[in-house]
Amino acid sequence: MNDNMIGARALMLALEKEGVKEVFGLPGGANLPMYDELYKSNIRHILVRHEQSAAHMADGFGRVSRKPGVCFATSGPGATNLLTGIATAQADSAPMVAVTGQVPVKMIGKDAFQESDIIGMANPAVKYSYQPRTPEEIPEIVKKGFYIAETGRPGPVLLDIPKDVQQNEGKFTFPDEVRMPGYHPWTDPDIPSIEKAIQLLLTSEKPIILAGGGVIISSAFAELQSIAEMLMIPVVTTFKGKGAFPENHPLSLGPIGMHGHAEANKLMTEADCVLAIGTRFSDRSVGTFEEFERNLKIIHMDVDPAEIGKNQTTSVAVVGDVQASLRIMVKMLIKKAMKKSDDNPWLMHVNEVKDYWRENLKLHPGEMGAAKILRKLREVLPKQSIVTTEVGQHQMWASLFYDVIQPGTFFSSTGLGTMGWGFPAAIGAKAARPDVPVVDIAGDGSFNMTENSLATSVLEDLPVIVFLINNFSLGMVAQWQRTFYEKRMIGIDLKNCPDYVKLAESYGAQGIRAQSMDELEKAIKSGLNSDVATVIDIPIDPEEDVLPFVAPGTSLKDMILPS
Amino acid sequence: MVWAILSIKVENKPGILFKVTHLFRSRNFNIDSISVGVTEDKKYSRMTITTIGDEKQITQIVKQLDKMIDTIEVRRLDVNNSVYRELVMFKIKVSKPEDSMEINKLASAYSAKTHDAKKESIIVEMTATPHQISAFEELAKKFGIKEMARTGITALEREEHEH
Repeated sequence: MNDNMIGARALMLALEKEGVKEVFGLPGGANLPMYDELYKSNIRHILVRHEQSAAHMADGFGRVSRKPGVCFATSGPGATNLLTGIATAQADSAPMVAVTGQVPVKMIGKDAFQESDIIGMANPAVKYSYQPRTPEEIPEIVKKGFYIAETGRPGPVLLDIPKDVQQNEGKFTFPDEVRMPGYHPWTDPDIPSIEKAIQLLLTSEKPIILAGGGVIISSAFAELQSIAEMLMIPVVTTFKGKGAFPENHPLSLGPIGMHGHAEANKLMTEADCVLAIGTRFSDRSVGTFEEFERNLKIIHMDVDPAEIGKNQTTSVAVVGDVQASLRIMVKMLIKKAMKKSDDNPWLMHVNEVKDYWRENLKLHPGEMGAAKILRKLREVLPKQSIVTTEVGQHQMWASLFYDVIQPGTFFSSTGLGTMGWGFPAAIGAKAARPDVPVVDIAGDGSFNMTENSLATSVLEDLPVIVFLINNFSLGMVAQWQRTFYEKRMIGIDLKNCPDYVKLAESYGAQGIRAQSMDELEKAIKSGLNSDVATVIDIPIDPEEDVLPFVAPGTSLKDMILPS
Repeated sequence: MVWAILSIKVENKPGILFKVTHLFRSRNFNIDSISVGVTEDKKYSRMTITTIGDEKQITQIVKQLDKMIDTIEVRRLDVNNSVYRELVMFKIKVSKPEDSMEINKLASAYSAKTHDAKKESIIVEMTATPHQISAFEELAKKFGIKEMARTGITALEREEHEH
């Protein structure tokens, strides 16, 4: 295609060519030319009330659809407001293309109104960034941006487009392919290493599988399940990998980590060999690195070669897309007619430990204890429902007590730990999957941060349920103050402010307070049938702690259990 | 701790030096020296970075640099099989007339050139290994070093032997 047009028009055509149907954003001075062309295009604009939410919506959209979500912001504060959202996507390897307006090229460096060096500021938080200086560069850089964002280990790409580059006319060529000599997102599966991995798994006495977020990103659910079932190896996950494996499966032990399941943490520390798939061994998952790898042979499969050996020493490294590697592993196992029986001593021990903790973990005695309300949510929600979370106690309770049955339906800000992520991400998820219910498991502190996205949810017809576990405080901080700072409570009391029912109603959403299990069940059902967003305010005991708890800087062995 | 020379081929575009150095900062790695210039192909630049760390850290640096989209090729050079040199300039104090001759003699012993010979000072330019530069610096101290500027190391690996 060859045509004379302005840069902003070329941008819209390039986005349409990438299959973009919606963008999340907020206009301002430096991106008005883009918005004028957006007006003329077939792309839907979803207006936010704060740019951070636009980035989180694009992030939620991207994680669910596995295609980059797109967000728009103007220069200066618009761009800096996006930053938290971009960094969140980077920490969790979520595909995103963020497009910011910038002051005109000749004004750059002059401290112009609403000028910020967003390329410089965002650099460590993006997979790639670029600022075109001529309109002709736009089609190619959009193509590159999408390719980079969604291939290999996904991540956010920032395109910062000066206003004159949007406004000026150019003659455009829209490439179908781009060449990047420095970017090699795929490597062929490493067959000899996969052979070695199988040997190691077969010769170890107490093997375990640790599934990370990479399994979800590459949709390797079926392959993971085949391997676990063929070799009869129990599966733990990282928190990011929660739901990579059906949590009602007999071999599932749930997430390990700071607030992992007791049985998962215990058995992880007893294992002699781990098949770690698509994980970066975050400190929150493994505790201290040295203690984790003691007496443990690690087989590490990851798409990102830089993750191999970064935090843990590996015995076998398998670099490549984890789905491709696991597929080969499955084929090799079938060829070898490998099948392990389920009466080996390790598996019997695993089941004993699992049964013990599933029966004996002490839970909060109240009617509205965290475990009870989350199990109620699980019971009422259809299994294909998508769940996001905010960050804090509610998030860790969700990890402990909300079982993901259909893989790939649970998303959380696990890396950066961004409070306020869950609600806009749920709206983005709803835009990607309008056919399934979407629920944000929230806490009051987090919800406060982006609750103005209620306007977007209501006005843009993207109804989600906010399952607000309300302890009137910044509960996780409160728990740390109770545990590590001799109950010197400061900066955690949110009182009961605002009134979440009235808040929801003021936005035209549905607000319901649930103070009993009965009310809660009715509220969830009402939310599932509602055409508008539903905020379910669930007051709980502000003193309820999240347990088990592995204190920071300690090992999984030193897990604190409910007394 | 080991000393490593990294040779990094990048696209010759603005902003890439920033991205590379920023990576060292955000990953908590150290830059010991850095030199940058265009390659035989004007589309690319070569950065030569020397760094100090344990083997694990250096492997990580190479991997993280390699992961960057703007880097075309990242190589850790074999220190024992590379030619590596640094350009340095010393402004050396001349206190008495015979200093001038001695400085010239010292310079020629290190195959260094002298410039701008004045009553008060001489500029010595030398291209050498960091080790030789330190040795010269020690010897020049007795005259007094007024200023010193160095470029950082640049290096190329020797060709493999033909079998």
